[in-house]
Amino acid sequence: MLLPQKYQASCYKNPTLVFVDDLTSAPNPDIKVKWVTLEEGVLRQRVTTDIATKGGQFDVMTIGMYETPIWGKKGWLQELKTDAAYDVDDLLPAMRNGLSVDGKLYAVPFYGESSMLMYRKDLADKAGITVKDRPTWDEVKDLAAKIHDPKNGVYGICLRGKPGWGDNMAFLSTLVNTFGGQWFDMNWKPQLESKPWKDAITFYVDLLKKYGPPGSSANSFNEILALYNEGKCGMWIDATIAASFISDPKQSKVADKVAFAQAPTMVTPKGANWLWAWSLAIPAGSQKVEAATKFVTWATSKDYINLVGKEVGWGNIPTGTRKSTYANPEFLKVAKFAAAEKVAIDSANPADSTLPKSPYVGVQFAAIPEFQAIGTTVGQQMSAALAGKSTIDAALKAGQVAADREMKKARYYK
Amino acid sequence: MTQLQINLAMKVLRTILSWAVALFLFFPLGWLVLTAFKTELQAIAVPPLLIFTPTLENFTIVQERSDYMLYAQNALITSIASTILGLMLAFPAAYSMAFFKGKHTKDILMWMLSTKMMPAVGALVPIYVIAQTVGLLDTRTALTIVFTLSNLPIMVWMLYSNFKDIPGEILEASRMDGATLWQEFRMVLLPLTMGSLASTGLLCLVFSWNEAFWALNLSAAKSGTLATLIASYSSPEGLFWAKLSAASFMAIAPIVVFGWFSQKQLVQGLTFGAVK
Repeated sequence: MLLPQKYQASCYKNPTLVFVDDLTSAPNPDIKVKWVTLEEGVLRQRVTTDIATKGGQFDVMTIGMYETPIWGKKGWLQELKTDAAYDVDDLLPAMRNGLSVDGKLYAVPFYGESSMLMYRKDLADKAGITVKDRPTWDEVKDLAAKIHDPKNGVYGICLRGKPGWGDNMAFLSTLVNTFGGQWFDMNWKPQLESKPWKDAITFYVDLLKKYGPPGSSANSFNEILALYNEGKCGMWIDATIAASFISDPKQSKVADKVAFAQAPTMVTPKGANWLWAWSLAIPAGSQKVEAATKFVTWATSKDYINLVGKEVGWGNIPTGTRKSTYANPEFLKVAKFAAAEKVAIDSANPADSTLPKSPYVGVQFAAIPEFQAIGTTVGQQMSAALAGKSTIDAALKAGQVAADREMKKARYYK
Repeated sequence: MTQLQINLAMKVLRTILSWAVALFLFFPLGWLVLTAFKTELQAIAVPPLLIFTPTLENFTIVQERSDYMLYAQNALITSIASTILGLMLAFPAAYSMAFFKGKHTKDILMWMLSTKMMPAVGALVPIYVIAQTVGLLDTRTALTIVFTLSNLPIMVWMLYSNFKDIPGEILEASRMDGATLWQEFRMVLLPLTMGSLASTGLLCLVFSWNEAFWALNLSAAKSGTLATLIASYSSPEGLFWAKLSAASFMAIAPIVVFGWFSQKQLVQGLTFGAVK
């Protein structure tokens, strides 16, 4: 029941991010938050319907780095003005940039991530290889060949193959970036049949066919996490959040054997690792802007992070958002992946992530409304190529045709 | 081989086949129940575990994280209300179509059914905007209305196919005896069609209970049904199968028990009219 003087802020929360409900209300006795938790795909659809029709069902929404610039530009989100205590300069610059349009902040990051290489130190040592801080893809391939031992249930490398713009295409976009490619050229023409795309996808399919686990075309984050925790993957390049799972002895059989490095590079380091944030935003139609602002700035503040650290444990704090988190000795003590994660996030620049100049913002996606459909269609083609159901050339061609049709339909060009 | 032996062999074969089909259908449900009692790690173990120490941990987590009673209450109210409302509309509609057939009755019936062929998402934005304009977003009223409307074609069809088997003369006879329309309904038609009313109602109750698309899209914090509770337990990053299974188990348990007790009527509802 709500007391008359209390505000009510409905809010989405992403299930991967565990807000601590008891804590969220403690310092804000005048704000009562009602949560609605949804799976990512459903959440996107639900939030989009509400914001596009100005439904006003939610006063705070959890949205990603893909939606924030698009919706901010359309005027669907409330600009966030923070006070001095919030210390907006403490936000990691990559996060702040990714959530701003024309210098205006439209969402505040609750949790941020990049991608990095997670490998089995014991296997690399056995193979007599020292992994560099930022290895090249050729070096990674060599190591994969040396530690690949399917008879004993260890596969050289595990990578995403399940179709989806947020699944295999998140990873493949970074691979294409570092091979010197891009999604669209300055005239918004899709570039899927360019050399970097062909080189990158050929490399990827070959790598996984030779040294990957069987059925890679069905694997995404959760499937590989399960394999890795069982000790079946020698290497894995994926979201930095995985580091906290695979180094947790409660769920990982190889917790003490993992080590971290930056995502591998090929032609250029630009865009080799992705950048993502789940962030809190206030829809322009909200009736409770004051309470909602108070809540979002508090839930992403230093105080909140410290509170979670003290009450729940430093291994459970939301990471990837603030400089101060990575300077906190308590956190550094429990998170051996912290340094690599910070370097990865700092090195990602959504505004400049491809070797040739690109018209779009985003590392592992292009922040335009059409991208979800294009990314998923191309993802299906890439997954089919990986599974051997189509050739790489045919898959890229089909992807190019689909992307071209979509971009024409949206009138980027005639 | 004698005829007797052939018959016996056929019987055995039929039994084996029925069991195989039944097991095949039951497997996902059985697996769901098993997974609900595993830890997250056991849930994703390769090869899958069949023998393990069961835990109630997932149920505790679901209880702590979500207000199960609120979702269950919403599911119960919306499905019962939409069923009653639906029957109130479908009964007279089917009556007039079955006993006062016009030139276009068949077309109207087909047209009603054809609305079920449109994907629900096609009507999402208009319905969302209407619900918002009249202030019904995130209310049980909106869900009840939408559930009623989406079940109505099936309800009319089921009742219609039952009504048309009733000889119109019975109703005429009652009219000759001076029965009013209401008395005709209550004293003649209702006793004759109680079975089909019950099975139609039961089936639509199950449909409404399981409805997920509209429940997810038209609810926010207050009116979500159990289908939306399940949807909140899947995650792109992190382990969730055991918790998801526990939430699903809790969501389907009431309707499974209910279905168990009323399976006779349900089967009747699904098959009548199929055999002449």
